[in-house]
Amino acid sequence: MSGSVRPRLSCEWLHACSGCEIALLNCGERLLALLERVEIVHFPLLMDHKYSDRGDAAEIALPEAEIGLVSGGVASEEHLAVLRAMRRQCRTLVALGTCATHGGIPALRNQWPVDQAMGTVFSGVGGNNTYPVEVPAPLDRVYSIDEQVTVDLCVPGCPPRPETIVAVIEALLAGEKPPLPNKSVCETCPTVRAGKGQRTVHRFLANADYDPRAPVAEMRCLLEQGLLCMGPVTAGGCGGPDAPLCIRARVPCRGCYGPVRPGGNPLLDMLNGLASNGIDHRTIVDRRSLLRFSGAHGLLKPLGRRG
Amino acid sequence: MTQVISIHPVTRIEGHARIDIHLDESGRVSDARLAIAALRGFEQFVVGRPAEEIPRIVSRICGICPWMHHLAAVKAIDGCFGVAPPAAGHLLRELCQVLAHIHDKILHFFFLAAPDFVLGPDGDYSVRNIMGLVKREPELAARVVRMRQLGQTMLERFAGKAIHPVAGVVGGFAKPMVDAERRELVRDGRILLDFACSALDYAKDQVFPRFREEMQSLGTITTGFLGTVDQQGALRLYDGQLRLMRADGAMVEFAAGEYEQYLAEQVEPWSTAKMVYARCWDEGFSLNPDAPKGVYRVNTLARLNVCDRIATPRAQTELEAFRAQFGRPAQGTLLAHWARLIELVYACERTLEVLADDRIVDPMVRTPATPRAGRGIGHVEAPRGTLIHDYTTDDNGCITRANLIVGTTHNIAPMNLSVRRAAASLIAEGEVDAAILNRIEMAVRAYDP
Repeated sequence: MSGSVRPRLSCEWLHACSGCEIALLNCGERLLALLERVEIVHFPLLMDHKYSDRGDAAEIALPEAEIGLVSGGVASEEHLAVLRAMRRQCRTLVALGTCATHGGIPALRNQWPVDQAMGTVFSGVGGNNTYPVEVPAPLDRVYSIDEQVTVDLCVPGCPPRPETIVAVIEALLAGEKPPLPNKSVCETCPTVRAGKGQRTVHRFLANADYDPRAPVAEMRCLLEQGLLCMGPVTAGGCGGPDAPLCIRARVPCRGCYGPVRPGGNPLLDMLNGLASNGIDHRTIVDRRSLLRFSGAHGLLKPLGRRG
Repeated sequence: MTQVISIHPVTRIEGHARIDIHLDESGRVSDARLAIAALRGFEQFVVGRPAEEIPRIVSRICGICPWMHHLAAVKAIDGCFGVAPPAAGHLLRELCQVLAHIHDKILHFFFLAAPDFVLGPDGDYSVRNIMGLVKREPELAARVVRMRQLGQTMLERFAGKAIHPVAGVVGGFAKPMVDAERRELVRDGRILLDFACSALDYAKDQVFPRFREEMQSLGTITTGFLGTVDQQGALRLYDGQLRLMRADGAMVEFAAGEYEQYLAEQVEPWSTAKMVYARCWDEGFSLNPDAPKGVYRVNTLARLNVCDRIATPRAQTELEAFRAQFGRPAQGTLLAHWARLIELVYACERTLEVLADDRIVDPMVRTPATPRAGRGIGHVEAPRGTLIHDYTTDDNGCITRANLIVGTTHNIAPMNLSVRRAAASLIAEGEVDAAILNRIEMAVRAYDP
């Protein structure tokens, strides 16, 4: 991909918060170097390419590109139309961030039927039946993008590490296999594991026990301190060569990179892990929150008539 | 024949939006609407979650201002559980709040808005962006990219995660600051203040004078304003009283916990974002462009209009100069950019001020909390405007009800008025081109939605 014609990069965001895009911008000077190597043809946050050059609201026309990045899950008919257009036009389609790869936080909505979620959000505002009606129709649940189209590469993270995003794009430009982390958060965590931890887990209502002047590597494992930490079942890589980011803040992991085991279910995997370490899983408050970032792929579903 | 022209998506803003411009048979603008499409249902899916987990969930409302959602939620959950953080806990939270404002303001002004001003609003869309700015002004662009990254790096170094933070916790903060961290942050904070002052000087010397007319007229409307001030009427971003100003300058002040007496929400069928209006004005809500009712603005211009002063020296000097030129309240929509750069200076000065307080290195940063039934209302000033989180918990300390009023929500109504105003003044006899449509978008970009 050398010569005067630069490879084209196209970026879209669906049911997303823009954190993945900000992570890309956080690359600083590496970003500037990257901008010189690609031609950005579509990127709503940064440039003015529109879906229609005739002002037609129904048209979604996207340019062809060698690399397409899509962040966010799929929650409405419009997301689906944009995603399909991206798939058609991009040679390599990358699912960027945990919403795109596993549903992310917005897939927590999958615990309720869509009508009920809409009802709660718009309740008590200007009387009854105040749903907005002229907006894109919501889908029955929030999907990860690989549930809707074929995806060439999944880059999880909430958000993905900036250096990882740039490294992925650089590898694709070079025609190489992108370097993606495959270890768990625990395998990248330097905290001290003594093997004998607490038999219960408690809520994070007081700070962990550690010396703030000492490095993270001298802190006792948070799970062994009795704090629920999703490190054992979560894909690592958030901290690069250093300690995981939440652990640096002395706060337990909540699983934002999705399951480390391909196709894994963080809820079941974590309960199994706790049981095999003799930790009483009944001490967890709100077990379904273990699927906080991974509610797509049918893992989070409405339960009967729960509120 | 009537016609609808859509701008879809609105670009160089930090979210998803569409503008529909309705033209009548004679090609005049009969209506123009900005629809924000972002229903994610946070108010539903926080229900049942343990309250202390909420600040790590609602940060995902916005990847650009996750710290503000994180901190508004943390303050609200303090209220639910009836726990008061120690002084260092509050100082560390405020430090992160002002640092997060710094990266946002650099992002908005230079990456999103500046291409219109530096490369021209009517130019080729394929170069009217940050990539074009890098080519036109390589030294400036490189410095801007470095400075934004520096602000984010300072947050990440101290608080672990910069995007979707975790270090704010019910009762205070998850880790104390040590002296070495403090020294590094002071060093880098000085670099950022130096940059902020030169960014404002650059804009005042080389950017704004070329757009004197647009700054005062494009999409300009007459409304009230809402922001946060301390007991002395000085600008605040982390805590303080809400101050609501009418267009004629008359003001009322109230605590965030009383917001329901002063503000109310409204739903329109064409937007998933709720609209907020000033209930206490007793005039109801109307988007009639000739006689809007209940409409006020938030965000940078609003904050500078409602405050009596700014408690840091350089920003105060700039506020005085701004006020001398544009009056109080200043109504020009694009003046929000100018106000944004004054707030950037304030955020940098306040960073150094908070770091200079010796209590910030006190190891006592968190008061342990006990789950209980309660209600808590937390508020901060987000870059996009006043942000209110309101939660109720059950006996087990899990959420039973949530109401969130995010910064952009207050501005939906005024943005619609500005879009309508800009479209009506720029479109004559159905003649529309790319340059006109971009100028209409500029009226939206000023709000940083």
